[in-house]
Amino acid sequence: MARRFLLPVLELVAVLFLVSLGVFLLLSLVPGDPAVAVLGEGRTPAEYDALREQLGLNDPLLSRYGDWLGGVLHGDLGTSLVPPQTAVADRIASALPVSLELAVLGLVMALALALPLAMWSAYHQGGRADRAISAITFGLLSMPSFLIGLVLIAVLVNSLGIFPRNEWVRPGDGLGANLSHAFLPALTIALMEAAMFTRILRNDLVTTLHEDFILAARARGMSPLRIMVSDALRPSSFSLVTVLGLSIGRLVGSTVIVEYLFALPGMGKLVIDAANQGNYPVVQGAVLVIAVIYVASNTLIDRTYGLLDPRTRRARA
Amino acid sequence: MLAPEPIAVRRRDTRPVLLLTGALLLALGLAVAGWAAGTTVLVTLVRMLVLVAGILAAIAGLGRVARGVRGKPVDVVFWLGMTWLVLILGAAALAPLLPLGNADDSVAGLTSPIFAAPGGIGAEHPLGTNNYGLDVLARAVFGARTSILVALMAVLIGTTVGGLVGMVSGFVRGTTDRIVGILSNALLAVPPLILLIALGTVLDPSIRSIAFALSLLTIPSMVRLARANTITVAEREFVLAARALGAGRVRLLLREVLPNVVLPVLSLAVVMISVLVVAEASLSFLGIGIEQPAPTWGNMIAEGQGGVMEDHPYIVVVPGICLFLTVFSFNLLGEKAQKRWDPRAAKL
Amino acid sequence: MTTPSVPDLLEVTDLRTVFHTARGDVRAVDGVSFRLAAGETLGLVGESGSGKSVLGRTVMGLISSGPTTTVTGSVRIGGHDVHALKPSARRRLWGPEVAMVFQDPMTSLNPVKRVGTHLTETLRRHLHCSRTEATERAVDLLRQVGIPEPARRLRQYPHELSGGMRQRVVIATALACDPRLLIADEPTTALDVTVQKQILDLLGSLVAERDMAMLLVSHDLGAVAGRTDRVQVMYAGRTVESGATRPVFAAPEHPYTEALLASIPNLAHPPHTVLRAIEGNPPDMARPPLGCRFAPRCGRAAAGCTDELPLLVGVPGSAGVTGREVACHHPVGLSAPLEGNRHGR
Repeated sequence: MARRFLLPVLELVAVLFLVSLGVFLLLSLVPGDPAVAVLGEGRTPAEYDALREQLGLNDPLLSRYGDWLGGVLHGDLGTSLVPPQTAVADRIASALPVSLELAVLGLVMALALALPLAMWSAYHQGGRADRAISAITFGLLSMPSFLIGLVLIAVLVNSLGIFPRNEWVRPGDGLGANLSHAFLPALTIALMEAAMFTRILRNDLVTTLHEDFILAARARGMSPLRIMVSDALRPSSFSLVTVLGLSIGRLVGSTVIVEYLFALPGMGKLVIDAANQGNYPVVQGAVLVIAVIYVASNTLIDRTYGLLDPRTRRARA
Repeated sequence: MLAPEPIAVRRRDTRPVLLLTGALLLALGLAVAGWAAGTTVLVTLVRMLVLVAGILAAIAGLGRVARGVRGKPVDVVFWLGMTWLVLILGAAALAPLLPLGNADDSVAGLTSPIFAAPGGIGAEHPLGTNNYGLDVLARAVFGARTSILVALMAVLIGTTVGGLVGMVSGFVRGTTDRIVGILSNALLAVPPLILLIALGTVLDPSIRSIAFALSLLTIPSMVRLARANTITVAEREFVLAARALGAGRVRLLLREVLPNVVLPVLSLAVVMISVLVVAEASLSFLGIGIEQPAPTWGNMIAEGQGGVMEDHPYIVVVPGICLFLTVFSFNLLGEKAQKRWDPRAAKL
Repeated sequence: MTTPSVPDLLEVTDLRTVFHTARGDVRAVDGVSFRLAAGETLGLVGESGSGKSVLGRTVMGLISSGPTTTVTGSVRIGGHDVHALKPSARRRLWGPEVAMVFQDPMTSLNPVKRVGTHLTETLRRHLHCSRTEATERAVDLLRQVGIPEPARRLRQYPHELSGGMRQRVVIATALACDPRLLIADEPTTALDVTVQKQILDLLGSLVAERDMAMLLVSHDLGAVAGRTDRVQVMYAGRTVESGATRPVFAAPEHPYTEALLASIPNLAHPPHTVLRAIEGNPPDMARPPLGCRFAPRCGRAAAGCTDELPLLVGVPGSAGVTGREVACHHPVGLSAPLEGNRHGR
């Protein structure tokens, strides 16, 4: 029992520890001098040296890692090298909600698109609708998210003028305005995920619809829609849940790109700007936070198998 | 139809009918698509829809013609994709030898017109020029060279390293396996693009280091696949028998396990190419990858930002279509490969 | 066959089910007629692939005309022409008028649904009763099919029950809305031999109690023998022989029936190997033989058999037995010399 629960937890801790070590070491190898990055060129060596001392850059690597990790565990991720020289934790705290909103909205929209499309496609297996949906989703999967975003901007913003772009309204300043600004970026994120989900779910639904228990449900007089939703969907969603776990990684990626494309103040913009400026404490902190959220959500998704399949539930009890 | 029911037979048209209707559809589709691409009468949205409809009609027509000629249904989309791959790979390989315009010499570009509109075949700038007066066609071809070279190098590194590590880890098991598992989980614990950005902060933006960074993305999934296949093979009777007969471990790995692992790994490698082409393009789009004026499809698309796309759509359209068609074609190829060589993975 | 003054519960007339496949049209059911009255049990027997399961599903309307299938002829259940009804109207028959018990209880219950849900959703769909009423009825139904601790079983998932228990649940769901006709499609094939008898006895007693009509589809002649009033033998989508069960089994007229009966002593074999005693395979239903479909495998086949399709005609000289019919150019009983060779009982 202890082995069953302890081992995964220990592995999780080991993985996160490795990630933090990797992130720290990687960014300590930044070519060029952080002090130069902060102060700019043309100062006296003494000025650079003072800053290096202040940043702790003269200490041995391992003790710097220890200090950093200790800080991380207390919620202190260091200070931005580039002005405004605020705490990294504060920068992340203001950027994270934007990204989370976009990602969650994108995921919800993707599922809202994928579920009916997959059911429709599977119900008309081999028919015109099925083949059209298959072709469109295959095409979407071959579009990088920034291309999808550019096409959406060209069509919906520039041509039809439906949606605003390049602005962000915080939910506190009006939920309606917030959602209308978040809609297009979230749709960009959603389209590719929806394509993936639709294909996976459709294939599993087709398999499930050939099961005897579907025929049995028909023979009990259940309507096709009810059979789809109440009999076929749940046994067909195991692969979808697996893919959901994998897709979170892609989701983070498209969120970053979309934030850059639409100039939204989220984690992606934070990390890209920091990367371009060599502002390594911000990159370190942001990557670590993203990794922790990512690992946590994957673990959470693994747990939902039990909710979907009573057979595995018994195995755990 | 919820019940498992047989597939309907399509009505068989005669060959002349197929050829005639196919040719008509093809010609009509191309005409409509060509008109939609050139016209300025319609709104962008309608133009795009008409264009797509025209292309689809042309493809359907081509399919009919092919069916008429071959006497059986032909997967024209697949063959069109393969034709594109051959063309773009050939152009990328031979780029320095082709009579192309100025791709990346921004000093020489000063004497050329900037944002010249696409002139069509025979013109000095068939696909126009960008804001530095650089030739868009030349940049698209050299961009293909960079994008595909980077992706291929990364896949080569990733497949070799990941495949070997996975095989050894699955064959030896025990502590080695556990450590490899934790390491690859640690790599997987950072979302791919974030890992690339973090690496991009540190590495200089050269082809070699971008390829190295991208290869890190492929290694964990390669390790997993090779490991899983190795374990299946290693538990089969003939391997157990060979072990019992005292065959050496290295010999077993090379003679028995490797041949069974190669095909699934290779088919994943094909899929990975398209993933990496996208990843490289994303990185360049974000300004972290290969830097201007050296062209890649990603940084070419990025040139369209800030109002440029609205006035000069070809700046985005040309690299966008190249990128889409290449990824699409590699996906088609990967899907076929996985269906044949790794049926378990061919879920998509 | 005598025409009763009251219309029978089930009337099947010249039913044909044709699947349009890439290989051509497959005539899975090819002109089958029969009637069934309330309280009566009809056995439908034949090898795997003889079209009897497709027949059962077509009778119910689970298989109907569509892009890939053509159904002709008619099925009337309680006066409703099943194949003329709109799908939604047809679904209203499934449950209160006709219900089906499937072959494999391992696969015909939804693994992610509780046992009780299978019952209550059917009850609520057709009888429009409240949740509590439905649960009460479900408990009652499980008790009727002999499941101990019914209230607890309702909350369990199918995988927590044994095969026999699951088949009892399947039967309970079929009986939930008191159907007048029960179609049992190989109800015991997937079960252990010891459980088979229990399930058949249960079906028999339930049918008797409720005065239901039952169509028992099976390749297991032993199952059909003691538990049906009449039997209809199917071969390659057609009826080759029909009549009251006892006389048909005692003195088969069709060579195919005779051959089937010859294989009864081998009942101990696992399912689907029983009929190895008949040489050859059933014909390709996409390209059936021109004449009698059994002729290529028939020991009694003569020159005319491969040219002309035999029709189902009343057997002369069996006036005492009602509705005995056979489709054969050279029936067994009419050429006495072979009588000594007859197997079976």
